[in-house]
Amino acid sequence: MSKIVLEHIDKFYGENHVLKDINLTIEDGDFMTLLGPSGCGKTTTLRVISGLEKPQGGTMTIDDKTVIDAANAFYEEPSKRGLNLVFQSYALWPHMTVYQNIAFGLKIKKLSKEEIDQRVMDSLRTMRIDQYKDRYPNELSGGQQQRVAIARAIASSPKLLLLDEPLSNLDARLRIDMRVALTRLHRETGTTIVYVTHDQVEAMTMSTKVALFKAGEIAQIATPLELYTNPVDLETADFVGSPRINMVDGTARYDGNELVVDSVLGQMTFDKETLKTTEEIPEGQPFDAVLGIRPESVKIFTKQPADGSGIPAEVYASQPAGSETIVTLEIDKTQLLALQVDLQDYEMYQKVWVGLDPRRINVFNKKTERLIRFAKAKRKEETEE
Amino acid sequence: MSKTKPQLPKGDPKTRFKNQLKDVLFNPFNLITLIAFLVLIVFVVVPLVSIAKESFILDATAARRAHAEEGSWGIYYWQYLLTGRMAKTMFWTPLVHSLIVAFFACLVAVPLGAILAWLMVRSDVPGKKILSFLIIVAYMMPSWCKAQAWLSLFRNQVGGMPGIFYWMGWKVPNWFAYGPFAMVCVLALHYYAFTYIMLAGSLGTINSELEEMALIQGASKRQIVTKITLPLVMPAFLSAAIMTFSKAIGGYSVASYLGTRVQYYTLATRLHDQIASGMPGVGYAIAILMILLSSGCIFANNKLIGTRKSYSTINGKGGRSVDLQLGKWRYPVFAMVCLFLLIALVFPILSLVLESLQVSPVRGLEASNFTLFNWIGREENSYALINYEPGLLRNSKFLSGMGNTVKLGVIGAIISSFMGQIFGYISVRGRGKWYGHAIDQLVFIPYLIPAVAFSAVYIAMFMTPKLGGLIPALYGTFALILLISTVKYFPYASKSGSATMLQISAELEEAASINGAGFFRRLAKIIFPLAKNGFMSGFILTFISIAKEFDLISLVANERNLTLSYLTFSYTSLNCYQLAAASSVVMIVLISVLYLIAKKVFGADIVKGWS
Repeated sequence: MSKIVLEHIDKFYGENHVLKDINLTIEDGDFMTLLGPSGCGKTTTLRVISGLEKPQGGTMTIDDKTVIDAANAFYEEPSKRGLNLVFQSYALWPHMTVYQNIAFGLKIKKLSKEEIDQRVMDSLRTMRIDQYKDRYPNELSGGQQQRVAIARAIASSPKLLLLDEPLSNLDARLRIDMRVALTRLHRETGTTIVYVTHDQVEAMTMSTKVALFKAGEIAQIATPLELYTNPVDLETADFVGSPRINMVDGTARYDGNELVVDSVLGQMTFDKETLKTTEEIPEGQPFDAVLGIRPESVKIFTKQPADGSGIPAEVYASQPAGSETIVTLEIDKTQLLALQVDLQDYEMYQKVWVGLDPRRINVFNKKTERLIRFAKAKRKEETEE
Repeated sequence: MSKTKPQLPKGDPKTRFKNQLKDVLFNPFNLITLIAFLVLIVFVVVPLVSIAKESFILDATAARRAHAEEGSWGIYYWQYLLTGRMAKTMFWTPLVHSLIVAFFACLVAVPLGAILAWLMVRSDVPGKKILSFLIIVAYMMPSWCKAQAWLSLFRNQVGGMPGIFYWMGWKVPNWFAYGPFAMVCVLALHYYAFTYIMLAGSLGTINSELEEMALIQGASKRQIVTKITLPLVMPAFLSAAIMTFSKAIGGYSVASYLGTRVQYYTLATRLHDQIASGMPGVGYAIAILMILLSSGCIFANNKLIGTRKSYSTINGKGGRSVDLQLGKWRYPVFAMVCLFLLIALVFPILSLVLESLQVSPVRGLEASNFTLFNWIGREENSYALINYEPGLLRNSKFLSGMGNTVKLGVIGAIISSFMGQIFGYISVRGRGKWYGHAIDQLVFIPYLIPAVAFSAVYIAMFMTPKLGGLIPALYGTFALILLISTVKYFPYASKSGSATMLQISAELEEAASINGAGFFRRLAKIIFPLAKNGFMSGFILTFISIAKEFDLISLVANERNLTLSYLTFSYTSLNCYQLAAASSVVMIVLISVLYLIAKKVFGADIVKGWS
């Protein structure tokens, strides 16, 4: 139905190069999230897709129909791209009722009165706000306004729905509700969605694919799980995941067969099959490496395991949060976060042993900051070691 | 972000050009911007060039004196004005007079406005709401009405018919009734409003958390005021002082009402006289110098205060505490503010009303001296009075003046506010782009020019047909009055237009554009409905300003095309004080009613950038 392809998009604001050679393919039915810190170009990319911004370089097609051909200064008008946009500020017209807000675009399309009514009411019902149709935007709460904004965007049955940080103005509880609503909307309508956010939880929970932006470039395009398990570089690893990933410095040696990393966590050996050989891995001589260890893969034992494994550590701080406990451990001045399910009590200075699963550990080349060893995602059916 | 622009591929040049051209031509925004630029160039830039040119082209008189040919170029006017035998009388003394009057007016007006602003925003003086409304109303009353009122109170025999104090037995000396002292008093009672408006705005928008933070740090009330609050409002204060000075230098009406009777000339009165009955070229030269003087003030303002102005506009949260508890001084202070209002508002109005009800001002409050003749008298009975004019409401001159004033105000304000919305729109949507910046700069120019000099600029342009009749001679027509009034208020109208447009987020328009609404539909369905109130309040405020102008039209209005302000002045010069007073009263009533409507119905707020 709708496949969007962006190729070599370059955008400047004056001398500022805000989008650098963006290449992005959004398949039909995708929930594509553009993720990244503020100022990284994700909103600009969304606005380029919508047609509100004109890039100076590159092409874009929707279903093989060219809508941007910068080389020929061709830019299709926003309204002719078959898409709709939900703004961060909602951009509800304050002088129109909810009903009028939604009907506005349909009237421009010159639909019949009955059809307009049908569509407006349908989208209001989808967003569960049909009882507010005669209110003005300022008579609604933030969450309700948000729903109106989405209802307005879906009323025209767009092939592509763009959302620009739609949840950032809502409080924490409403945000979770809206995440559910958006996920359902995506499944029910099958509309392709492009979603901009700086909140990685939103990206993880809703999307089918995530494009991670970094300073005007796309650092990685992957499924949420892949992005989480194997972030392409240190910065991405640091950005994705909460609590954040542990990074432990070490020295690595690669003999063309095995990667051996020495660190405070002892010696670890990684098979060639799990290495990302397309990246720079110096052979024969030792180099600096960083181990990336997700907090939930750090196990804590209060007694040394019988097999003599386990790395001795000391509890530095413990933060019980009800459903989980975040424990900060110290191993020879190196701190390590561990995420424990359920409430667990640890004393400060308590002596414990740490168990690690090498399958879950990423290795990065410290010099290039790039991922050189893939970790494996933990599946439910997998047995514990 | 990298700063080097890589070479981007360019497609077929023909297609590329075609698409670019299509984009430029079919985007109505470009068309509107183009029109806006044309308007500003034709009506602002060209007249300025024209006056500069005219000050070097010799007319018959100048050519004869300079032994040159008529119409040739020469610096005669400038020599005459700056170095010639008449230079002292024509320029240097009036310049000193202007500076003296402006300086002292500032000295009184600025502290007065500052104290009033402080009391109204920060103290617990009773009746703040109504007091602050009246303080603004006192400003809405035109300065020439105040000068008129001053005359009605203090005229002595030099003025033809002595006023009420003279009748009561005080032989008002000349220095009090006319000249610099009177001018300073009247100007101060008018221009206090600049400081008041700017400072009240600034005080009202200081983030109260800044002061609360100082309180938490242990600062005393006094320290908070001197170390935090005062520095924060200082830019607004300085700005107000400079603006007041610049306005007072260029003011014509007060100077002509109160100065010329005792031959106390200022630049504005000299300029007026030269153009009306002297050598227009000399008038143009004075106008240019006045423009430079006034732009110099505003330039100094921007240099001195620059970007620091912005820090008083940060909005704080919620309510602010009243930090000036007056205690037992509450009512005495209240009485002082009331006294100010009596002097600035009530006495002037009462004295004008009184004069309009007198058979002759000379006979003061004698019972037989009261009459409604000045209002409703018939011409056939007018021999009984000195005026030989019918009462105002039966007076064809008044009716036509009233009609013209309303016509001028309505048409001028409609065009001006409409253009103001467009300028505002371009300036807000073009923020950070060259055209937004250029529009801002161009539209601001009329603000730099004192009103009387502004009319001189237009006279220079429209005195004779130019460009082979392409620019017609509009001198003496209503069209010229209308044109001057409209363009002079572009800066104000565009400021209010920008303020309105700033509140309409670009996203509201983008949302409509994604839904398929074209430019004009967006204007009609989104922008206009949302800008309606701002437009209406801007319209009424512009109407008021245009209607009460005298400086601006004194050179271009005439017996056939007179306005209320012109009529009042001509009655005053003919010593028909009662009729002048009556017509001033009508003016004041008209303005007050309109201001009330603007405020109550459309939420106009003069404190928000209408100074």
